[in-house]
Amino acid sequence: MTPIKLTVSALAVLAASTSLAAARDQIQITGSSTVLPYSTIVAEAFGENFDFPTPVVEGGGSGAGRKKLCEGVGENTVDIANSSSRISQSDIDLCKANGIEEIMEVRIGYDGIVFASDVNGPDFALTPSDVYLALAAKVAKDGAIVDNAVATWAEVNAALPAQDILTLVPGTKHGTREVFDIKVIEAGCKDTGAYDLFLAAAAGADEKEKKGNASKACLELRTDGKSIDIDGDYTETLARLETDKKAVGVFGLSFYQNNTDKLKVATMSGVVPSTESIASGDYPVSRPLYFYVKKAHIGVIPGLKEYIEFFVSDDIAGPDGPLAAYGLVSDPELKATQEAVAAETPMGPLE
Amino acid sequence: MTDISAAPDSHHRPRQSLLSESPLTRRRNAVEARFRAYGVIAISVSLLMLGIMLFTILRDGVSSFSQARLSFPVELSESVLDPKGNRSRDEMTKVTTVGYGKVIAAGLKAELERLGIDTGDLSEKDVTALISKDAAGELRAKVLADPQLVGTTIPADVLAAGRIDGFLKGRVTMETAKRDSNVSPEQLMLAERLQEAGILSSGFNWDFLTNPDASDQRPEAAGLGVAILGSVYMMLLVLVMCVPVGIAASIYLEEFAPKNTWTDAVEVNISNLAAVPSIVFGILGLALFINFFGFPQSSSLVGALVLSLMTLPTIIIATRASIRAVPPSIRDAALGIGASKMQTVFHHVLPLAMPGILTGTILGLASALGETAPLLLIGMVAFVDNYPAAPAEGFLDPATALPVQVYSWASRADPAFIERSNGAIIVLLAFLLVMNVAAILLRRRFERRW
Repeated sequence: MTPIKLTVSALAVLAASTSLAAARDQIQITGSSTVLPYSTIVAEAFGENFDFPTPVVEGGGSGAGRKKLCEGVGENTVDIANSSSRISQSDIDLCKANGIEEIMEVRIGYDGIVFASDVNGPDFALTPSDVYLALAAKVAKDGAIVDNAVATWAEVNAALPAQDILTLVPGTKHGTREVFDIKVIEAGCKDTGAYDLFLAAAAGADEKEKKGNASKACLELRTDGKSIDIDGDYTETLARLETDKKAVGVFGLSFYQNNTDKLKVATMSGVVPSTESIASGDYPVSRPLYFYVKKAHIGVIPGLKEYIEFFVSDDIAGPDGPLAAYGLVSDPELKATQEAVAAETPMGPLE
Repeated sequence: MTDISAAPDSHHRPRQSLLSESPLTRRRNAVEARFRAYGVIAISVSLLMLGIMLFTILRDGVSSFSQARLSFPVELSESVLDPKGNRSRDEMTKVTTVGYGKVIAAGLKAELERLGIDTGDLSEKDVTALISKDAAGELRAKVLADPQLVGTTIPADVLAAGRIDGFLKGRVTMETAKRDSNVSPEQLMLAERLQEAGILSSGFNWDFLTNPDASDQRPEAAGLGVAILGSVYMMLLVLVMCVPVGIAASIYLEEFAPKNTWTDAVEVNISNLAAVPSIVFGILGLALFINFFGFPQSSSLVGALVLSLMTLPTIIIATRASIRAVPPSIRDAALGIGASKMQTVFHHVLPLAMPGILTGTILGLASALGETAPLLLIGMVAFVDNYPAAPAEGFLDPATALPVQVYSWASRADPAFIERSNGAIIVLLAFLLVMNVAAILLRRRFERRW
């Protein structure tokens, strides 16, 4: 073939493919990497049991996923965004600006966040205060704020092992970090009384701003190498923990449940994390997981409505379904979610 | 002139035998010996690194090429699979994989009873957990494709669950099973008995090369089918798009373009493009091909367009170098006997430059094959469970690529995926090896030196 013929055929192929660039027949899902495994489990089962193609599921993070959802309406935009935190007002505004008036919010269940250490190491029975005292940059001591200088867990709490402090916490870009900050660090900050001292010292025009600054001061973690931010996913945390057996890592419950032969989980305020203790609310560190659906795509993308209904059905998201088996804490209010999905109720304004 | 010979060295240096080394010679020889040693050390260090990398990949990945399977007869009970008994496909689609799972579980139970295998204290659910969750879907597809199978007993050859597969490979042991919430030592003991009875056996894992990806709950069913297909589609498209454009651009720049500031600027830009980080092409691809042209996300067409942008500079640089290597005498001779410029280029220069062009193209393709970053932004780093259709329509279907599969498996929770991820690296390395060997062979076979 001469180069000219080659070029012509290449252009022909291109032209042919562009003319085909219409009708998308599979659902496109993107967003949180925490929700990703649940989403793929459902997508796979959906593909097996329905005559629709299996949805394509991408990871990439909650925030990025919601932005992609709000890019606009049309076949080359995604249908569903998975999210491990609630949608923000700025996302809703962006959606509005791009012509997306109605979004459906679907809460699929809860996810627990656990502390775990090497399986052969000592047991850890933590409380938010312990974690705060071990990791915060500044702590309260005799009624004053001082730099944190503790070196071992036993110095924090005599009941804990005499082991050097080294914790692997999710990096700030993770949705998990937000829960860790609020449910563990800030709670510990308040329990130890450091919050009141921060509040007394906080600068700010009014009470609200002062409180905000005090909370911010609580969340500052020490930077002397005792607390390490992990920007990758849990597999990276696990790899670091395997090289340094003394480390304590922060994981999702489902990740821990898949690696119980390598990890030992720490109790939090005396409660062992499990789907049951999280469902009952006894285990404090958990958060809801969501996905957001572009309502305008229902009826346009084949199978979208069926997929959502299938996702929240008792067989899938219920306490005996495959998602619970993988580590999702099923939502006690699943019934209400199912009804909202069936009626295609869009979400109201954020409270 | 005469004072050169009048200033002999012997005047400054003592006379010395040629056979004994002077201190200076010794120093020079020592420098050379040291330099050679550095070379050997450098080579050894890089070989060692390569060795370590290959060793760890092979150690962790080779096991993914074998897979445990259970084989036992399954009675496709009509009362479960086709309650109305009319063998109509539409009616039968109402039965979900849950129903098929029960049929398989009943088949295994019957076989265990027939062979008198003791299941110990294990509950029925625990026994069924030995079978991969993928089996039900596979059986359902098979039965729906041929509804007449209902009511008969067929030999089923189903995947064993990931932990059982890991047990046969030595990844899961009785020790780890004690602490593992997904498998118990009793289940492993049952697996041992099944192995003795010949129900459970391990064989070469063709599924690993042909199956699509699978969810986190069934690592044993995950395969590279979609990824290999996606990579092949993209390489084909990259070839079709890059080679004509690349060669045409090179010929024009080398043979026809006037040498001026304008062509100099083009040249600098091409060299610069070759050094641009690949993620930049991904950002461009998202903005241009998906958002502006409206091509479908996650499709191999968009992937190929992005990779083409990335490969084009490499191909142009290689092609120009090999066109330049054709001696001017060839051109002069052709022109001298009356060939036009066009004839000179296409009849003489291009065929002689072809081996170099081919080598450059293959190496460019090989680097495109291993690229992940730009695909991240155009939605190809995804869970894709359906095979893309045949070309040309299939170029628009969602697909993944080999390096993408390595990346997405490496971040999954189940340790069985780490093994798969390394297995995928082995497959990718095999592809790269074939391409690089082809490049070397082509060069050896056709290269001409002047």
